[in-house]
Amino acid sequence: MRQLVRIALHSAWNRRFTLGLMMAAVALSTTLLLGIDRVRHQVHEGFIQSVSGTDLVVGARTSPIQLMLYAIFRTGGATNNISWSSAQRLAAHKAVAWTIPLSLGDSHRGYPVLATNGDYFTHFMYGDKKLLRVANGRLFQDVFETVLGSEVAERLHYKIGDRIVLSHGTSDVRLSEHADKPFTVTGILARTGTPVDRTVHIGLDAMEAIHLDWQGGAPLPGMTIPPEMVRKFDLQPKAITAVLVGLKSRAAVFSLQREIADDKSEPLMAVLPGVALDELWRIIGAGEKALVAVSAISMAVGLAGLASSILASLGERRRELAVLRSVGAGPMDIFFLLAIEGFFVMLSGVLLGIGLLTVSAIVLGPTLEANFGVAFRATLPTISELHSLLWIVIAGLVVSLVPGFRAYRLSLSDGLTPRT
Amino acid sequence: MNSTAIEVAGVSFSWPGHAVPTLEMPCFRAMQQDQVFVSGPSGSGKSTFLGLLAGIVIPQSGSVTILGTPIQSLSTSARDRFRVDHIGFIFQQFNLIPYLSILDNVLLPCRFSSYRHERALSHDSSLHAAAESLLNSLDLSPSLWSKPATQLSIGQQQRVAAARALIGRPEIVIADEPTSALDADRQQAFLDLMQKECEQAKSTLVFVSHDLRLAERFSHRIALDERGHADNGKEQV
Repeated sequence: MRQLVRIALHSAWNRRFTLGLMMAAVALSTTLLLGIDRVRHQVHEGFIQSVSGTDLVVGARTSPIQLMLYAIFRTGGATNNISWSSAQRLAAHKAVAWTIPLSLGDSHRGYPVLATNGDYFTHFMYGDKKLLRVANGRLFQDVFETVLGSEVAERLHYKIGDRIVLSHGTSDVRLSEHADKPFTVTGILARTGTPVDRTVHIGLDAMEAIHLDWQGGAPLPGMTIPPEMVRKFDLQPKAITAVLVGLKSRAAVFSLQREIADDKSEPLMAVLPGVALDELWRIIGAGEKALVAVSAISMAVGLAGLASSILASLGERRRELAVLRSVGAGPMDIFFLLAIEGFFVMLSGVLLGIGLLTVSAIVLGPTLEANFGVAFRATLPTISELHSLLWIVIAGLVVSLVPGFRAYRLSLSDGLTPRT
Repeated sequence: MNSTAIEVAGVSFSWPGHAVPTLEMPCFRAMQQDQVFVSGPSGSGKSTFLGLLAGIVIPQSGSVTILGTPIQSLSTSARDRFRVDHIGFIFQQFNLIPYLSILDNVLLPCRFSSYRHERALSHDSSLHAAAESLLNSLDLSPSLWSKPATQLSIGQQQRVAAARALIGRPEIVIADEPTSALDADRQQAFLDLMQKECEQAKSTLVFVSHDLRLAERFSHRIALDERGHADNGKEQV
């Protein structure tokens, strides 16, 4: 056996260029497989962790997915609001640690505008229980001040001190603008990889203020209230879109959920964000199955290429195998010789692939994260990745048995004098 | 007195799908240290004859006995073992493993056969010493020993192949057209060396060639005709 490995190594070194190409093909397939898998996982992770630490999302009665879409992803519209008094009662509930009121409906150049209060910046968490962080400037304090998500600032090239105008409604078409009441950018948030990056944040009072002279979705004709006058009005909102609730103890989540659903004063619902996000992912995550298929196919192609390369090289190696046979190598030895080679090409290809993935993660990772918001970092292979790598190597071993078996047959029929 | 090295009795062999036997050999015997010349036109079953001697193919009828062992009675893997232990091979060309050095090529049979390994050690102090003394007596200078096989001329390669066939002093050496890639002068020189070394190692030499000019150097000759019939008329024991 040791002899065979030695001969296999010498033989492989002799054909190092061809084997190097095979190895590179296996390495690329591995990199593709692992890379796609990793991106897929991180996209899923990022999606599921769009919000964390929030125990319940409360809004007017609708479907849970609908509620998640506008409360967390700030897309689509709320069909109904929740009254400010209900929100107040919720905040005062003995099981509740904190609440974040959310009010949606306006937009800025296609980006949603979210009206909230300071609790948003102290309690809202995403990812692995991370809080929002101001990268630049400060939070809004005065009425007509705004804090931008990182993507909004980046794409629209906004900086601290810029003045922006909000549009009524969520359409990108700027038919009706709140042009009389521009906002000053006071802060830009750090990147989160969540919908927060695409959000323009203003205070709840500001949302009231820009709609003071509006009614039924249109400005009241002949009536304008200049910005410096709005503070004289009561800017307490009458209704908001949704409330994020954090509990003192998670154990209370189901009883509070039932309590909210049974509320006699207003038809409300409470949703567990994790459950709803999973449900949502099942709908939009169909694309990930295509990714899995693509990477599996690329692996299969790589393996088939490996087998065919080894098979193709058999013709020119027949004489060599016959000579080995004449000096004492049995047909099984010949079989092992080919199988060992295939196995080592596979193994080193896979290791090379991991190396390639790590290097590309280091080189391309920051660009990918900055431009596409996809976290692609150099990490050690996870257990499940090692698992699939093991399967790849096993598959490679099986694939290299095919040429091995053919060599076995040839060496039997050739005897010591191949007729090539 | 020398004992019988090879004994073929009533052998008939046909490849699968062939109605007419490729080889028919009623009787053939070679003694230890015999040097046998096997001739015949192409297609006369020379390779088949060698395959039978080496136990790569088994006759449909009759028996092949090598060194007292009826070869058809051994299992496939036992025949493989028996072959490397007792038989050294030289082929027409492409004899050597291109990626191994000359020395490694020569030592290959000892790597696969502990019997050859031990026999080599019984005459020399080490495997390398055994290989080196063979290479020396076959006129291959030490400067070549560590070179890969591909850097040698055909004549040199053929002598390396001879050294490999002879290492560990196998009882039988089979040479399948070993000189056909050499020019006339070198054919003679190569044959001289082969015969001398086989005498020294007390090996039986079975030398196959279609070149009848070489036949006169052998005392024991057999000729195969197109139909694979062995002509034993020239046998002179």
